Amino acid sequence: MRVLLSGNEAVARGCYEHGVKVATAYPGTPSTEILENVVKYKDDIYCQWSPNEKVAFEVAMGASFGGVRTLVAMKHVGLNVAADPLMTSTSVGGDGGFVIVTADDPGMHSSQNEQDNRYYAKFAKIPLIEPSDSQEVLDFLGTAYEISEQFGTPVLFRLTTRLSHAKTPVELGTRTEVAQKEYVKDTSFRVVIPAHARKLHVKVEKRLESIREYAETSSLNKVIEGDPKVGVISSGISYQYAHDALPEATFLKLGLSYPFPIELAKKFCERFETVYVVEENEPFIEEFLRYAGITNIIGREKIPACGELNQRIVRDSISGEDTAGEKTSVSPRPPVLCPGCPHRSTFYTLNRLKIGSTSDIGCYTLGVMPPLEGIDTCICMGASIGNSLGMEKAIGKEFAKKMVAVIGDSTFVHSGMTGLADVAYNKGATTVIVLDNSITAMTGHQDHAGTGTTLMGESTTKLDYIKLAESVGVKDARRVNAFDMEAVKTAIKEATGSDEATLLVMEGPCALQARSQWGPALVVDSEECTACGLCLRLGCPAISKDENGKATINPLFCVGEFCSMCTQVCPVDCIAVPDKS
Amino acid sequence: MANKTTDVFICGVGGQGILLASEILSDVALAKGLDIKKSEVHGMAQRGGSVVSHVRFGETIHSPVIAEGEADILASFEKMEALRWIQFVKPGGKVIVNSQEIVPSGMETYPPAIDRKISERVPGTMFIDALKLAKEAGHLRAVNIVMLGAFSHFLGFSEDEWKSAIKARVPKKTIEINLKAFELGRAAVSG
Repeated sequence: MRVLLSGNEAVARGCYEHGVKVATAYPGTPSTEILENVVKYKDDIYCQWSPNEKVAFEVAMGASFGGVRTLVAMKHVGLNVAADPLMTSTSVGGDGGFVIVTADDPGMHSSQNEQDNRYYAKFAKIPLIEPSDSQEVLDFLGTAYEISEQFGTPVLFRLTTRLSHAKTPVELGTRTEVAQKEYVKDTSFRVVIPAHARKLHVKVEKRLESIREYAETSSLNKVIEGDPKVGVISSGISYQYAHDALPEATFLKLGLSYPFPIELAKKFCERFETVYVVEENEPFIEEFLRYAGITNIIGREKIPACGELNQRIVRDSISGEDTAGEKTSVSPRPPVLCPGCPHRSTFYTLNRLKIGSTSDIGCYTLGVMPPLEGIDTCICMGASIGNSLGMEKAIGKEFAKKMVAVIGDSTFVHSGMTGLADVAYNKGATTVIVLDNSITAMTGHQDHAGTGTTLMGESTTKLDYIKLAESVGVKDARRVNAFDMEAVKTAIKEATGSDEATLLVMEGPCALQARSQWGPALVVDSEECTACGLCLRLGCPAISKDENGKATINPLFCVGEFCSMCTQVCPVDCIAVPDKS
Repeated sequence: MANKTTDVFICGVGGQGILLASEILSDVALAKGLDIKKSEVHGMAQRGGSVVSHVRFGETIHSPVIAEGEADILASFEKMEALRWIQFVKPGGKVIVNSQEIVPSGMETYPPAIDRKISERVPGTMFIDALKLAKEAGHLRAVNIVMLGAFSHFLGFSEDEWKSAIKARVPKKTIEINLKAFELGRAAVSG
């Protein structure tokens, strides 16, 4: 059957068809939908959300020790979190087939950087597979497991946003079961004490050379004949852009690009006067060519390093023209906190109290946008708490009254817990605010250790933030109703006024998950409205000004009494549910 | 090669149902046995940001994105968004705009003269009041299917093909409203 699948859906389908038995992840755009789709096959595949990518990696690795085909998926920066087990897992290898999916984000649609994770394959000395559409994702995943098992190595499988989120036709197959290998204790490769690790390093180098020889003739690397005068080398999604830019050219399309098949590439380059190397972001392929002394290539000198490519950019880069067309200047429309978002009260209050925040990765990072402007820093998962403590240590304890750490519940579970322990241990006065909507909201509502439900839909234990804070030594830890503006204000004032560390858990469900609780849109009594503008300072997308400068509420966006923050900030009580107005 | 590909660029504001419209278009093309690629970016769609979906179909499709100056059709569910992405339409391509205005958060009022600026860039631009037609069909949220109906007029699939794809995608109890919305949208540009 031929169906349309996104690259992420194709990974999940691949897990099913290629006999995977365990799959793990921490959600992160653009990788999230992989596990969300694997769970559709939960009769055949055990799958779970882990608290972070490092744990997800370690669980997957354990499953490989247990002798089954296993997969771990994450976004590109997630692999930084999992880099510790990655770097050593590569010398372990050799049990059940083990594939690590990295979904990179050129153009940074939803990320803090555009690091090119192909370098992790080289750094960790493991094979790198780069599909270029959903059918290849499905097919190449099978090859990835074969390589993993044949050579005894984890395999890095790289997607990018335009593969993960583009839907392309796929021919579905059936599941092939793969026999479980029996676990036999062998410390020579599963216990990496230096005496073993030294031998393992030699093994890894030999393994890499064997895989390079395999890559030279692998069907994943192929020459697509065209114009004998124009040669192009490319991989992944860049190949698709290059093909549209130079449809007549002869291509060397690399699907298994590390260990780099240098003999194949040399032979290809010898056929042409000039070969274009088309790569998004980093010159990964080009560096191997240059290191081998191949000089008739044009890559990074013309193809831009920053942002996504498309066929027009590739064509213009090569021709030197600019056919982008004129952009019209239009007011930006950045994403903002949704109408009814429980996080709004915290940022509104911080803004009114002139308190800044070190913040973190999640929907609430949108609190940086005007008019809330409640965020001073945002670096990586969990950084908020350490950043706040560090500023306090540099500037002085009084500064903690003017700067709080703001972190979402899922991010707190991911890597905020150790930061909180640090605050208590090192006697910080930091106020840590957990914005608890009881879900990983940014990536589309995934469960985590604080929600009480597993990926496979079972009820489970629920992390208690208050008990956790108390156990690490934070004496003042309390829950606050995020939709009660007065309670939020009182809690923040008291917490920042104290000389000791405080944990505030601002509780309120994600509005997008609470649709059943939405009420009829609120309305403004324009006779009563004094055009003071306080409700506009909430930054709610449903509220704007009418031609007289008075507030008006868009009935398509407002979630009604579910939220009601605007009714609480209005000094003249002119916003109400329709029947009361 | 390029002349065998049809590129439809759909844009608007998160929450307007852009992705559902592009799903239905993709289903119609797939059912015809064509190669198809549909690309959009997830993660921000529901948060009032600018949303774009690229749909390309034909014999063989390589890139999953439409580049500037390539779109045969640019369908914008919101006025400012049409202007933001107008450079993606090819010379002679069709531009269909829902005349609805959605004030971006952080701005207090809607900027003036957007219609005029669009028409200056693409003189034959068609404006339709999709919000009004959606209301007429039975629900304000059917704006996306009104727009689908409007741009369907310029693509070579039959009305039945469109309707069966709509029926397969929308919730059962909204089928009637959505079919009506489709018809109203289609009539708005052909009439």
